[in-house]
Amino acid sequence: MTIHNKIPSEGRPSALYAKREPVFNRRIDGKFRRLKWAIMAVCLIVYWGTPWLRWNRGPHAPDQAVLIDLAHRRFYMFGIEIWPQEFYFVAGLLIMAGVGLFLVTSAVGRAWCGYACPQTVWTDLFQHVDRLIDGDRNARFRLYKAPWGPAKIARRLLKWTIYLAISFVTGGAWIFYFADAPTLQQAFWTGTAAPVAYATTFVLTMTTFVLGGFMREQVCIYMCPWPRIQTAMLDEKSLIVTYKDWRGEPRGSVKKKGRDPLAFGDCIDCDQCVAVCPTGIDIREGPQIGCITCGLCIDACDRVMKDIGRPRGLIDYATLEDSEREKAGVPATRHLKLIWHPRTIVYLAVWSALGLGMLFLLGTRVHTGLNVAKDRNPPFIVLSDGSIRNAYTLRLRNMQDRPRTLEVSILGLPGARMWSEDVGRENAAPSLRRPVAADETQAMRAYVVMPAGTATRPFSFRLRALDDPRESATAKATFDTPGDEP
Amino acid sequence: MANKRIDHETQTETVGHEWDGIEELNTPLPRWWLWTFYATIVFAVGYCVVYPAIPMLNRGTEGYVGWTSRGQLDADLKAQQGERAATVAAIDATPIEKLADNPPLMRAAVAGGAAAFKVNCVQCHGAGAAGSAGFPNLNDDDWLWGGDIATIHATLVHGIRQHGDTATRASAMPAFGKDALLTPAQIEDVASYVLSLSGKETASPASQRGAQVFTDNCAVCHGPAGKGQRQFGAPNLTDAIWLYGGNREDVVAQITAPKMGVMPAWGERLDPATVKMLAAYVHSLGGGEAPPTGGTTPAEPLAPAK
Repeated sequence: MTIHNKIPSEGRPSALYAKREPVFNRRIDGKFRRLKWAIMAVCLIVYWGTPWLRWNRGPHAPDQAVLIDLAHRRFYMFGIEIWPQEFYFVAGLLIMAGVGLFLVTSAVGRAWCGYACPQTVWTDLFQHVDRLIDGDRNARFRLYKAPWGPAKIARRLLKWTIYLAISFVTGGAWIFYFADAPTLQQAFWTGTAAPVAYATTFVLTMTTFVLGGFMREQVCIYMCPWPRIQTAMLDEKSLIVTYKDWRGEPRGSVKKKGRDPLAFGDCIDCDQCVAVCPTGIDIREGPQIGCITCGLCIDACDRVMKDIGRPRGLIDYATLEDSEREKAGVPATRHLKLIWHPRTIVYLAVWSALGLGMLFLLGTRVHTGLNVAKDRNPPFIVLSDGSIRNAYTLRLRNMQDRPRTLEVSILGLPGARMWSEDVGRENAAPSLRRPVAADETQAMRAYVVMPAGTATRPFSFRLRALDDPRESATAKATFDTPGDEP
Repeated sequence: MANKRIDHETQTETVGHEWDGIEELNTPLPRWWLWTFYATIVFAVGYCVVYPAIPMLNRGTEGYVGWTSRGQLDADLKAQQGERAATVAAIDATPIEKLADNPPLMRAAVAGGAAAFKVNCVQCHGAGAAGSAGFPNLNDDDWLWGGDIATIHATLVHGIRQHGDTATRASAMPAFGKDALLTPAQIEDVASYVLSLSGKETASPASQRGAQVFTDNCAVCHGPAGKGQRQFGAPNLTDAIWLYGGNREDVVAQITAPKMGVMPAWGERLDPATVKMLAAYVHSLGGGEAPPTGGTTPAEPLAPAK
């Protein structure tokens, strides 16, 4: 490596801030570009389509397949309904998503960055708009350099209008996950939707417009924490986009190669890999934070290699380990085989265990719930006949989509009787029944009375659904008295 | 600047500073980063102009839009009152006996009463309405003046032993010891009798002597069996609840020089809806009684013991 003696900014203060170098990535077709198209289509269809899927849950619940009902504190996902008390399921999903990212990273490197990340998907979409309006790489570059005139202004306005339209549709779609989509859409256009719907749409439209239209790779390089985390997670067994310098260097044009074939490697320094890169990096400088491993440079290089009659894969998905082996003359291992190594298997096992555990919990959960809050002021009341009364506020949850009668009874407090605001003291009984509407929580006061002389002791309330004996819940409580613990 | 050079390993220019051989590579920040910094400055200046921000000698700058946290609270309270206006009006228009016929309205009244209780009543009755010596516990089933909702309401409106309110709850227990109506020995005897009524003491010659004293002096208000009379606010002496204490010395002290509680006439101090809500709340605490049957007026005692 030569030492450069010329210092670019000699005599001038160092530039502390760098201007963004715009990226005009060339159109390319190939295996990975087609994969990127497919994943982009799936992502966009899922994002825009999901809120419009219907799911029949009967008359007492919304019929939207995926709905985050913040107002009523319910989360619906197809056949699953999650209450705030069961939020650990959502936490579990998030943990699965986290471990899933580790798994994907371990198996296929930064595939998330390259294919499925919203920033990548929308940047890709916007770059296609660029291409549609302004033409391919060279045309866009010329227009960028051209002085501002009517033609340039017209093109820019047209392009930004399309950006805005896409951004609006993107930001606007988000709100449909939080309310009934057809109703909200009608309300939205008639100006009767909640202010938060318009505010959310506006904010997300603007972030999409700015991040997708202008910030693009800057988000990946400077804002996103994920590439930094990736740096810590990638190892020599990780699949990354690699330029095989042992094969490519020293670079030389086809003409030079023709004169002295042995002095040059396969790289003809055509810069096609740089031209197609959506983040504008040169992969030949090695693994770097700007590389989202989308594989477009592989498509470009493979095409060039085919043209000059050399084997494909000068730039390719490979692990550093495998790359070393290949350098030593061993044929490259197949990609599918590279995916399976101990770390991947461990992550897959953890991820699957989490998923199976959640499925088990979902399958066996009960649709009743009981919370007890004891009155602590006063802790107990002595009644005129000397008996002792404690008061509790119970919350009975019917998490089923039909009205049910729930029965509350007392466990571990022999002789106890209770009454409630709707059941008078004269009808006090060891258990009480309450009809609870579908998918509702009902508060209930429970006045529990014990004879004089009872000592303070713990006991439990038990909730039982009358229509399904397996559905029950218990909650611990204490019965306080002027007496001491026995 | 003299040491500025290109770093061999990274091919990156250094900034030219060196500390003990450690140099710093020049990796410039993106320029838009700088613009976001300027944007925050602009935002801060704008914020200081629009909102109260800068402390001065006496008070801070007021801000262009005149927003204050106090004003915000005021607006929020007004908005809340506006939201509740219909419910409060409905409570106002509903006779207290009919409140229970409308469960949602009753729940609203209980909730409103709980809030009003914490402002007006906790000073004597305690935060949990459990009272203390001399201040009745409102959670239990023992009521001096009656425990159905209309009677509680009447007690609240007119208060207890309030001068100037003709409908106030009024009664007076004679100071049997202080005014020498009974001898100390008679007082001890009648105390023995009273304590035997609730089983706190066993029957004795003293309590047998006290029985006659009770019949002559006490039964007119407390009833021949000592079960009390609500029309006089005379407590039931046979139960487990003792407002001024249930020990012998407490009972003797009460016969000698009785304490008699007072309560403000809340009808003069609070609006009618709030008083109704307080009545609903107190009734809901667990000791509330059903309305008297047979159409007796609420102020009448439930079971006159003659």
